[in-house]
Amino acid sequence: MNNDWKSYQPLLVPAIPDLHDISVYEKNNGYQALKKILSDAKTWNPANVINEVKTANIRGRGGAGFNAGLKWSFMPEPDGKPRYLACNGDESEPGTFKDRKIFEFNPHQFIEGAIIAAYAMQIEVIYVYIRGEYRPFVQKLQRAIDQAYEKGYLGKNILKSKFSVEMYTHMGAGAYICGEESSLMESLEGKRGYPRVKPPFPAQRGLWGRPTTINNIETLANVPLVMNHGADWYLAIGPSTHPGPVLYGISGHVNRPGVYEYPAGMNIMTLINEVAGGVRGGKKLKALIPGGSSTPPLRADMLEGVTMDSDSLRQAGSMMGTAGMVVLDEDTDMVELIWRISYFYDHESCGQCTPCRDGTGWLEKTLRKIKDGNGEMRDLDLLLAICYRMEGRTICALADAAAWPVRYSIDRFRDEFEKKCKKTVYAVA
Amino acid sequence: MADTYTFDAKDLAEIKKITDKYPEKQAAVLPVLWYAQDKFGHTDSSVQQLVAGTLGVPEAHIRGVVSFYTQYYENPMGRNVLDVCTCLSCQVCGGYDMLHYIEEKLGIKAGETTPDGEFSLQSVECLGACGYAPMLQVTNDKFVNHLTREKVDKLIDDLRAGKQPEFESNPMPQHEKGS
Repeated sequence: MNNDWKSYQPLLVPAIPDLHDISVYEKNNGYQALKKILSDAKTWNPANVINEVKTANIRGRGGAGFNAGLKWSFMPEPDGKPRYLACNGDESEPGTFKDRKIFEFNPHQFIEGAIIAAYAMQIEVIYVYIRGEYRPFVQKLQRAIDQAYEKGYLGKNILKSKFSVEMYTHMGAGAYICGEESSLMESLEGKRGYPRVKPPFPAQRGLWGRPTTINNIETLANVPLVMNHGADWYLAIGPSTHPGPVLYGISGHVNRPGVYEYPAGMNIMTLINEVAGGVRGGKKLKALIPGGSSTPPLRADMLEGVTMDSDSLRQAGSMMGTAGMVVLDEDTDMVELIWRISYFYDHESCGQCTPCRDGTGWLEKTLRKIKDGNGEMRDLDLLLAICYRMEGRTICALADAAAWPVRYSIDRFRDEFEKKCKKTVYAVA
Repeated sequence: MADTYTFDAKDLAEIKKITDKYPEKQAAVLPVLWYAQDKFGHTDSSVQQLVAGTLGVPEAHIRGVVSFYTQYYENPMGRNVLDVCTCLSCQVCGGYDMLHYIEEKLGIKAGETTPDGEFSLQSVECLGACGYAPMLQVTNDKFVNHLTREKVDKLIDDLRAGKQPEFESNPMPQHEKGS
């Protein structure tokens, strides 16, 4: 791709003034994908829409990177009873601030994508779950939804077809865990956000025990692109194993932080140095957290040639996550940083599973001890042992998300951790 | 105490609109707690009782929900709540400096309320404004980004004078270039 990115025109959040307004969105090809489907329901029956989206291989943008169309295909045949689409706008992974751009600047593309998803899975009710901290953005989305109802894109008999769907916003109230899909459903049902044991998966038993699909906001905003231009066109954007446009949230020690839209698979150093204007203050790059706080940090020397897509990042020793990139300069104290991440996970653990409830607390306490200068070398082994006792031993992935940054940072920045630990020798008498 | 908090006919009509969105009344617990907090300023045990009675959901369940989510105020707070983000990007971009500056300025620690009841201060987890760090949120509503001491001074003066911050839009840098 080299320099292709310089001429790239954003597709998810195009630079069109007032695109959040439905009339502007309509003038710019808005709701055309929905019209195309509903006006030719024979060609675009639900199964064909699912196939097209599956072929396009939209990798879920919320962190897991699962093929969205494939996820849709897991929904059972309709049985006449309710089924649901829950749109995940919880966006609570530290370092992530992308979906709010869609709510603010291009909400209708998300709404259109969600309506198409509902059509494909024969769903009649959509809930949009948005973190409570995003209240101003919830209001923006609600205005867009109201406009879509007025124009007949939502509600009964959409565009005079037989298809009807309702869309409601549901505001969270401050809990990271509610971004986990089963926890999100509990929260939608008006409960504490405790993740559910899987199986059964949401497609079998989701909201109120009925089949449910949960998709990220950005994922759904990709759907109209696929339906307007076709899966082949979409597959040609970025690497075919992880195609399409991506909202890169770049924060931390860069000159021009912000959310940028480019194809998936962008070279990481290009993103840091050219797109975001390089490390601020002329400092050297020390490390990068590539996709939100749970993705293992990479040292600067590990970034050569690495691109922002699942395969490349896995090979490099991390993950794509939410593409929320946190850039860290040479002055960053990695022990302080990892302690603060552990503090976050300790605060956000829902407390259901002992390995996570206790483990996150022990990670935080042990790291606090080290950062305050009271650590001993054996505390590093203790940290790794705690990680081992957390990973894969809980209902949801929060324990893994808490353990990985600690495990990989001790491995990759061991000197810094050792420097803060006392070199106590325990003699055996 | 409990009877100081009531929903009038207009409130009940609004709450009906909320419950109509869901197949079960219990699903309305979060939005109705928000509604109650907007009206009463908090969701203490009396408000929880009111919400429980209105929705026909056990009070213990409401208490469980309120205590799980950080944005519900279990006790009355100051007129303005300053939630300063100190997590990850904010941590490495001076979030703690801003928190400590506000602590010094207001003469309170994070977690406390000024004696005049004007401000409560909290250190909070990621608010999703990582590119605009350091930042804070005012009473569960507007974000104030790119904090500096001067900006904090002005914000606090404005809030004292009853002026809430405006919504700050953070355009995508690609848009600003007009490309």
